[in-house]
Amino acid sequence: MSVDTATVKRIASLARIAITDEDAARMAPELGNILGWIEMLEEVDTTGIEPMTAVIPNTLRLRDDVVNADPLTGGGIREQVLANAPVAEHGFFAVPKVIE
Amino acid sequence: MTDLTDLGIAGIRDGVRDGSFKAREVADAFIVKVSQAKALNAFLVETPEHAIAAAAAADTARAAGETLKPLAGVPIGMKDLFCTKGVTTTAASHILEGFTPTYESTVSQNLWDAGAGMLGKLNMDQFAMGSSNETSAFGNVISPWKRNDGGNASLAPGGSSGGSSSAVAARLCPGATGTDTGGSIRQPAAFTGISGIKPTYGRCSRWGTIAFASSLDQAGPMARDVRDCAILLEAMAGFDAKDGTSLQLDVPKWEAGLSANLNGLRVGIPKEYRVDGMPEEIEALWQQGIAWMKDAGATIVEVSLPHTKYALPAYYIIAPAEASSNLARYDGVRYGIRDLPTGAGLQDMYAATRADGFGPEVKRRIMIGTYVLSAGFYDAYYTQAQKVRTLIARDFERAWETCDVLLTPTAPSAAFALGEKSADPIAMYLNDVFTVPSSLAGLPAMSVPGGLDKQGLPLGLQIIGKPLDEQGVLNAGLAIEQRAGFTARPEAWW
Amino acid sequence: MSDYRIQGETGEWEVVVGLEVHAQVTSNAKLFSGAATAFGAEPNTQVSLVDAAMPGMLPVPNRECIRQAVRTGMAIEAQINKWSRFDRKNYFYADLPQGYQISQLYHPIVGEGAIDISLDEKNPDAAGKRIGVERIHVEQDAGKLMHDQHPTQSYVDLNRSGVALMEIVSKPDLASPAETGAYLRKLRSILRYVGSCDGNMEEGSMRADVNVSVRKPGDELGTRTETKNVNSVRFVMAVVEQEAKRQVEVLEAGGKIQQETRLYDPDRNETRSMRSKEDAHDYRYFPDPDLLPLVLDDAFLAECRASLPELPDAKRARYEALGITAYQATVLTAEVEAARWFDALLDAGVKPAAAANWTTSELFGALNRTGKDIENSPVSPAQAAELLGLIADGTLSGSLAKQVFEVMLETGDGAAKVVEDRGLKQTSDTGAIEAVIAEVMAANADKVADYRGGKDKLFGFFVGQTMKAMGGKANPAVVNEVLKKALGESVAS
Ligand SMILES: [Mg+2]
Ligand SMILES: [Zn+2]
Repeated sequence: MSVDTATVKRIASLARIAITDEDAARMAPELGNILGWIEMLEEVDTTGIEPMTAVIPNTLRLRDDVVNADPLTGGGIREQVLANAPVAEHGFFAVPKVIE
Repeated sequence: MTDLTDLGIAGIRDGVRDGSFKAREVADAFIVKVSQAKALNAFLVETPEHAIAAAAAADTARAAGETLKPLAGVPIGMKDLFCTKGVTTTAASHILEGFTPTYESTVSQNLWDAGAGMLGKLNMDQFAMGSSNETSAFGNVISPWKRNDGGNASLAPGGSSGGSSSAVAARLCPGATGTDTGGSIRQPAAFTGISGIKPTYGRCSRWGTIAFASSLDQAGPMARDVRDCAILLEAMAGFDAKDGTSLQLDVPKWEAGLSANLNGLRVGIPKEYRVDGMPEEIEALWQQGIAWMKDAGATIVEVSLPHTKYALPAYYIIAPAEASSNLARYDGVRYGIRDLPTGAGLQDMYAATRADGFGPEVKRRIMIGTYVLSAGFYDAYYTQAQKVRTLIARDFERAWETCDVLLTPTAPSAAFALGEKSADPIAMYLNDVFTVPSSLAGLPAMSVPGGLDKQGLPLGLQIIGKPLDEQGVLNAGLAIEQRAGFTARPEAWW
Repeated sequence: MSDYRIQGETGEWEVVVGLEVHAQVTSNAKLFSGAATAFGAEPNTQVSLVDAAMPGMLPVPNRECIRQAVRTGMAIEAQINKWSRFDRKNYFYADLPQGYQISQLYHPIVGEGAIDISLDEKNPDAAGKRIGVERIHVEQDAGKLMHDQHPTQSYVDLNRSGVALMEIVSKPDLASPAETGAYLRKLRSILRYVGSCDGNMEEGSMRADVNVSVRKPGDELGTRTETKNVNSVRFVMAVVEQEAKRQVEVLEAGGKIQQETRLYDPDRNETRSMRSKEDAHDYRYFPDPDLLPLVLDDAFLAECRASLPELPDAKRARYEALGITAYQATVLTAEVEAARWFDALLDAGVKPAAAANWTTSELFGALNRTGKDIENSPVSPAQAAELLGLIADGTLSGSLAKQVFEVMLETGDGAAKVVEDRGLKQTSDTGAIEAVIAEVMAANADKVADYRGGKDKLFGFFVGQTMKAMGGKANPAVVNEVLKKALGESVAS
């Protein structure tokens, strides 16, 4: 499996990781190796096999429609929510201006 | 008087209960050990005040004649993947530098509710991605063990719970939390001569534990012996309504259920685990383990897990895919670092923050995960991997028709030197060849020390059990532990 | 089929429209957390650690949101999928804290269904069309960005982050602005009947992505554009009209339609291409590993079905069967509150046809005049029933009833009380009426003579004078009868 630099840059862009041309060039064979290795899976016959959905038989539990029933997953905690923000102003998170 | 730091969890708990010593004395003794072990780089944050407060509470309760909590007076180490309220939590990544959670993870809260105290936050592979603890943004953890070759090479404590393994092996804490996604409790336990168990997926809540790969991540204890693991796991586990994958089951009394009598137990030996190039010593230890099992009353059956060799490649699709998405939230907006080059817009800020904040291995896995999920590749990689995962789980189900637990080596080698494998990602990934299949199937599995190799380094044996049969795993581990008589410990050089 | 066509230079063009409607599910708490969903709260005050995607946070679904989606699916007779699951749609934006939206791509909770629309709402029986619904899935809403608060920064409010939405995806069965409008209104009506969405478009409870393409009749489907987040029925109709026109112009000029995302600018009544976001189309969907498959059991489904109210089409048919005109039945059932009010009126035992007449003319007229919603009607169904009863038993004439109703609207009093207090009761007392008529005839002897001389038209004059003298309270039938007799008697004498 060979991965070219352009592909590495496209993936890095999708993943929002800034990457230099040198890093992309260095990473290309490395990713190629790993992808080549995992492509070993192609040889497994999976006809009629369902992809795994739950590792231990279990189905989704649903929660009651109650506001702030558990304070750990409820709202009304703006100070906590903003406590670690690199930039927070007037009760908002702030980010560089987005032009839509 | 004995050195209190030579005691394990049960010893400390019982000693505090019967008044042989004060919890505060225990806390102080470990706090000193921690402060003197900087060379191991096992701790990212030391929290003596937390340990002292828990000890004081235990002593006060005892003085008042109250019934002591299950872990009263026991100080432990907390892997830095668990969010701890008011205590910096970074998952050993630069991207979370300065992050102080306003909340406590369910697992750590369970431990504090059981009376335990925290000595500090333990170093680890960044975002739990690694098998040697060389990916931490805050420096490698050094194993307390040295080879007996007279050299002074620094060895890997295993990973990703390398701070935990190193700290427990060096007697900086009697027990520690770990997390295991593809072997991150068991492999470091094996490398450092301690015990560790990854319970059934869903036993320990994942709420408040920084996610690596959601369908695989499980917390578990790392301690000096099987009993201590059972005690810690009892406190850590339990249903949590905040985690949609948490198992709605009572926590069994694992410690009370411990028994090394394996009469009638059928122990499976998976023939596919005999991999090419495995050191003879590992094979020898495995044979020794088989003999110990027989000695404990078990019968041995050969079983086949035909898809074993596909487990690692499947894992290296599924885990990075989940991670690439789980780690998207580290974007410089709500917590952690922000890199804002002059004139950068929002998307540039993301890219710069993430380029600066994530280490090389994390980036590598995000890239792989992004690639395998990207348009046109999803079915060939991800869907195929999840189908293979079904086959791997089915292999185990078939094996349970003829056996009750499986016995395998934990890792294909003893601890290697730091730097020895870091240039070759695939060679590093192969370290998890024996631990990954049971992770993919969500099964409980544990590593116990079996002996030393010719270099004087510990080797571990792994027991894999049926879903929810932690007791069977612990009991088989106990049988090995009693026969192995593993008492070796690293000589303090730090 | 719609006969809506665009006349181009090269001939006629058909329009093909599909709608993706995002409807906010009515629930107290968010889809995956316990934070509140109320509209208009202070920024970031309805945000949990889960909604802010703090490290280690996990989603646990809200049963009510699932239930409402299932009930909505049942209301449009859609396939309900007992096994569904949530997927992650991955992209980076400041209003999306997780870096992914939890949605359903591969296995939605609701499959195919349909909504019947009428193309002439004044004459509902005239023409109808069945619009296919492809699917309904449940997903999280994003937060909100504010760009105008600071010169160099955008502000992020996560109050909406994690609120439950239903995405209701129609088939490309709509063929005109009118059909599109009718579909959206009907969908809104059904959602409000079911109670799964309040349908409040101003508050963003319903937004539509409008997919438009054009083609020559009989041709294959053309390339479509998607105009995002249009928030009123009028705007949606305008988008269809403007976008179809634009596409025809592009195609007739020899151009090609780009498959792209567009925005609607109501001020200029035009759609505009959005700055194309890089990688926007590689969302790397995969099943959310934090969430197990969602399996619905029979008891849950039975409860959902049992809790469904009578829906607009069924209600309209029932009203018509009661003798209410098709038009009135349509007007009465369009809004759930009106229908609920009218049902209560019917329950009080009034005659359906008379009740429908009175409600659609008198009540709706009064509400219109006073700018009130029917939920805040100053006259309750019970009070209205009392009024209608007084009309039916002859206590009130039509004009007296209007007077009484006016007073009821002002005071909130019951009809009988108003009649009593204001003495507005109609009198049928023949003796009293005869006495007044005698006076009127005595005072207008010349007109009596004229009438008797053949001026029949003067009869109305005598009725008016009598009613006036009696303050409008005389029973008109009795007045007529007595007058005829009195004026005729004299002829005989
Ligand atoms: Mg859309
Ligand atoms: Zn949507």
